[in-house]
Amino acid sequence: MLLSQGDLQAIVLTLELAGIVTAILLVVATPIAWWLARTKSWWKGPVGAVVALPLVLPPSVLGFYLLLAMGPHGPVGQLTQWLGIGTLPFTFWGLVIGSVFYSLPFMVQPVQNAFETIGERPLEVAATLRAGPWDTFFTVLLPLALPGFLTASILTFAHTVGEFGVVLMIGGNIPDETRVASVQIYDHVEALEYGEAHRLSVVMLLFSFLVLLTLYAWRPNRRKF
Amino acid sequence: MTIKPLQALLLVITCALSSTALAEKITIAAAADLKFAMDELAANFKSANPAAEVELVYGSSGKFYTQIQHTAPYDLYFSADIAYPRKLAEEGLAASAVQPYAVGRIVLWSATLDATKMTLQNLAAPQIARIAIANPKHAPYGKRAEEALRSAGLWDKVEPKLVYGENIAQTAQFVQTGNAQVGIIALALAVSPELSQRGGYWLIPDNLHEALEQGFIITRRAAGNALARRFADYMGSLPARAVMVKYGFVLPGEAAGN
Repeated sequence: MLLSQGDLQAIVLTLELAGIVTAILLVVATPIAWWLARTKSWWKGPVGAVVALPLVLPPSVLGFYLLLAMGPHGPVGQLTQWLGIGTLPFTFWGLVIGSVFYSLPFMVQPVQNAFETIGERPLEVAATLRAGPWDTFFTVLLPLALPGFLTASILTFAHTVGEFGVVLMIGGNIPDETRVASVQIYDHVEALEYGEAHRLSVVMLLFSFLVLLTLYAWRPNRRKF
Repeated sequence: MTIKPLQALLLVITCALSSTALAEKITIAAAADLKFAMDELAANFKSANPAAEVELVYGSSGKFYTQIQHTAPYDLYFSADIAYPRKLAEEGLAASAVQPYAVGRIVLWSATLDATKMTLQNLAAPQIARIAIANPKHAPYGKRAEEALRSAGLWDKVEPKLVYGENIAQTAQFVQTGNAQVGIIALALAVSPELSQRGGYWLIPDNLHEALEQGFIITRRAAGNALARRFADYMGSLPARAVMVKYGFVLPGEAAGN
């Protein structure tokens, strides 16, 4: 076997994390993207900027604030302790929450673009045909915005797989809990195990290339009507 | 004769380059446990050598080792484990003999509990949910922490509670923020002004782990750097040794206290 037990464990954990984060963001980001695409409110600017912050912020800033906020003295930590689930740093679900923030713009922005491209017209037509809002969403909006959702999901998944700085700061490097592939590679390099580092790095390299290849080579037919 | 713009530019660049070459400057890569001690040492050194410029970089010893192998611009390398500078010397990347400069000690430290009244046995208690140690895979202080826990017969009981810091400073930070109730950190950090006012410590007996012998070298790139050599000499001076002792380091060739 090329990869050690620990490496495989790290890969499985990474895929789990990325999958769960993508699923959560599909639910959380869609209303935000919808609102941002439709609103004429003054708040569009500030909200859009907050959503885009993780694109610009160093992961260390995000990691630092998450560590303080989720710690026993932070507001999130107080809440989770009151709920009886302890504190979130050094847990898988702590990483999930960190990654949801970290990957938020990668889900919101492509979906928002898709919604904006669709415009008012199909919705007005649906309304004249007496479709309710949920009906319109699932039968008109979703199919039209599907390429946007797929792009957003692929980007979110891939970006979460590539996460490192935030995990290093709030993860605590626990096997099968927070030791994801990027951290495992870092540990191999630090321990001067270059052979192991190479093997896992090649896997990550191939994976990332294939994901991007899928994204760029596959051109969905956006205009069917 | 007139100087063309391009020539003028080259002249300026040449002057700038030569002036940086003339200015006395060293960059020191130091293990994270030296954070406070080395700050003070460098400040004292600079006040004795006002023209000198001393840059300090703190991090994990293993990372610096890899970086120096790959021509990182560090003139002196202070490792928390003497094995790393020894390896660099074997690879021909040192411009000095490997100098042992201290023996490190580990302590139990907490910002939320009274660590002075604790021993390693307390770590097994159920009310302690998380214990921070440096990553034993590559951090010297982490290796010693694991050895101590194993010698105390506690490893199997506490392992599920362990969280691993990337280096000893991050380990201390996990404890300082309260995310881990207790940690095994360097004595040098526990006695620093920043951490000592946040909580007390309990010194882990050094018969529970291998000695943490620490060493430094002048790197090959600094072979002709007089300032690097002066700093190396300064480390052996009485005032420098006093600073090291103040931060809880046992000096090589001196008997360990307690």
